[in-house]
Amino acid sequence: METIRNDFPILGQPLADGTPLVYLDSASSAQKPRVVIDALSECYETYYANAHRGVYQFGVKIDEAVEGARERIARMIGAERPEEVIFTSGTTMSINLVAQAWGRSQLSEGDEVLVNEMEHHANLVPWQQVTRQTGATLRHLPLTEDGRLDLDCLDECIGSQTRLVAVTGMSNVLGTINPIERLTEAARAVGAVVLVDGAQSVPHAAVDVSNPQVDFLAFSGHKLYGPSGVGVLYGRREWLEQMDPFLCGGNMISEVGMTESTWAELPAKFEAGTLPVAQAIALGTAVDYVNDVGFDEIGRIEQALLAEAQQRLSEIPDLLIHGPSVEHKGAIVSFSDQRVHPHDMAELLKRKGVAVRAGHHCTMLLHSRLGVVATTRASFAPYNDSSDIDVLVDGIKYARKTLRRD
Amino acid sequence: MSDELYDELILDHFESPYHRGQLESPSCTHTERNPLCGDRVELQLQVDSERRIQQAYFDGEGCAISQAAASILCEHIEGKTMEEIEGFGASEMLDLLRVRLTATRQRCGLLGFKALKTLVYSDDDTAGTSS
Ligand SMILES: Cc1ncc(COP(=O)(O)O)c(C=O)c1O
Repeated sequence: METIRNDFPILGQPLADGTPLVYLDSASSAQKPRVVIDALSECYETYYANAHRGVYQFGVKIDEAVEGARERIARMIGAERPEEVIFTSGTTMSINLVAQAWGRSQLSEGDEVLVNEMEHHANLVPWQQVTRQTGATLRHLPLTEDGRLDLDCLDECIGSQTRLVAVTGMSNVLGTINPIERLTEAARAVGAVVLVDGAQSVPHAAVDVSNPQVDFLAFSGHKLYGPSGVGVLYGRREWLEQMDPFLCGGNMISEVGMTESTWAELPAKFEAGTLPVAQAIALGTAVDYVNDVGFDEIGRIEQALLAEAQQRLSEIPDLLIHGPSVEHKGAIVSFSDQRVHPHDMAELLKRKGVAVRAGHHCTMLLHSRLGVVATTRASFAPYNDSSDIDVLVDGIKYARKTLRRD
Repeated sequence: MSDELYDELILDHFESPYHRGQLESPSCTHTERNPLCGDRVELQLQVDSERRIQQAYFDGEGCAISQAAASILCEHIEGKTMEEIEGFGASEMLDLLRVRLTATRQRCGLLGFKALKTLVYSDDDTAGTSS
């Protein structure tokens, strides 16, 4: 494990006051391995140019690098063709792209989009918006007490009126891993398409868009150890070809006339404007890195950390862990300390070098359901180890003591 | 040893707040929230015919800073007139807390103060019982 940690320069640097960094906020954004940082600087230092424009040497090299990254990403997720991988700015843009480019033309009154209360606002509000715009209806699949999708209600919630099921692969708060296969089966039976928000799930487990077959998969580079500012929308070719563009401008057109234009081929049709070139290339490097470590190894380390964290935290009195038991979730532990408010908790943990997140984590619906406005979230990556959990547990005790609540 | 943020004053007020609860028939009340961290402070004032604050109570939930600050505020403003309160500024409020707050924490420390300012500048006696 020491070697994985050593790959991340930031983790070797003490904080300003000399405390070592205990980074437990990877669900928000992952730290970057040296190879990704190097890929970015190498690009800027030795061959940077805009993509798709230059006939000069760098122009050719940059295009090859971007397309190489696209191919490796396509391979990682099991896409049939590289052009099914669209570079976006991140999960949020990817989902908005589908909501508008697919939803505007496909949805109308009487149609339903199925979501649920554990979704991140990025996989909820775009659907609220497009259903309102088209007269379609937004429907919620209920959750179980312990924060899983209530599959007993699936038959009742999905039917011929259902056009799209939008679901997160893994909850960014509860850690719940959703049964995508079951949902794709149910969707296919009624001719609905499935969009998976892979922001949390893609970094933690191998994914294959052909098995179970999903229509759209959205994820962010920055949570996958890649740079910020770049993300991916995978879309099945049939859909991408039918859909109109989302953003219009440079790079996405074929012919521009005085009043009308025609669209470029995939993937350019959905990549209007200047791409985040260096970031896309470095995301390819992040994919190589993750493949080198291997998803089996990532899963093994994370599940061990999760089990340990869940156990240690559950031994603390008056501390409630939200979400299902460890076998149904990924490496996220969100909790409510009945004695210390999340804002105070995060502040006091900060003193011990611990980076956690306090708030609603862009899931207000879920928090209303949990009956709290905010939670404290610790999330794990393969660069964490048991000593990080020790510091977290000590930090919680320190927070209670400081607030005279021990 | 005193903590640089959660010092004796803050913790005393957090632990045993001054006038936490509900006034029976307040002249006016106003609630402020900090949606991000979920702090809520409801300020209730009993104001007499000379526009002097006879009693100030607060209720709510949230972090130690927001709750202690509301308590300190209630203690500070009782006996003052609404005119006097008009001249009571945010920096004075922060001084009352005696600890240095970062910009994010200032939002917690000023939650009760914001409710107070809303009451002072809303329409005199008819000041809302808004929430
Ligand atoms: C489940 C989920 N969906 C969507 C997002 C949004 O990702 P981004 O901000 O990178 O677009 C996040 C990030 O917090 C997330 O956890």
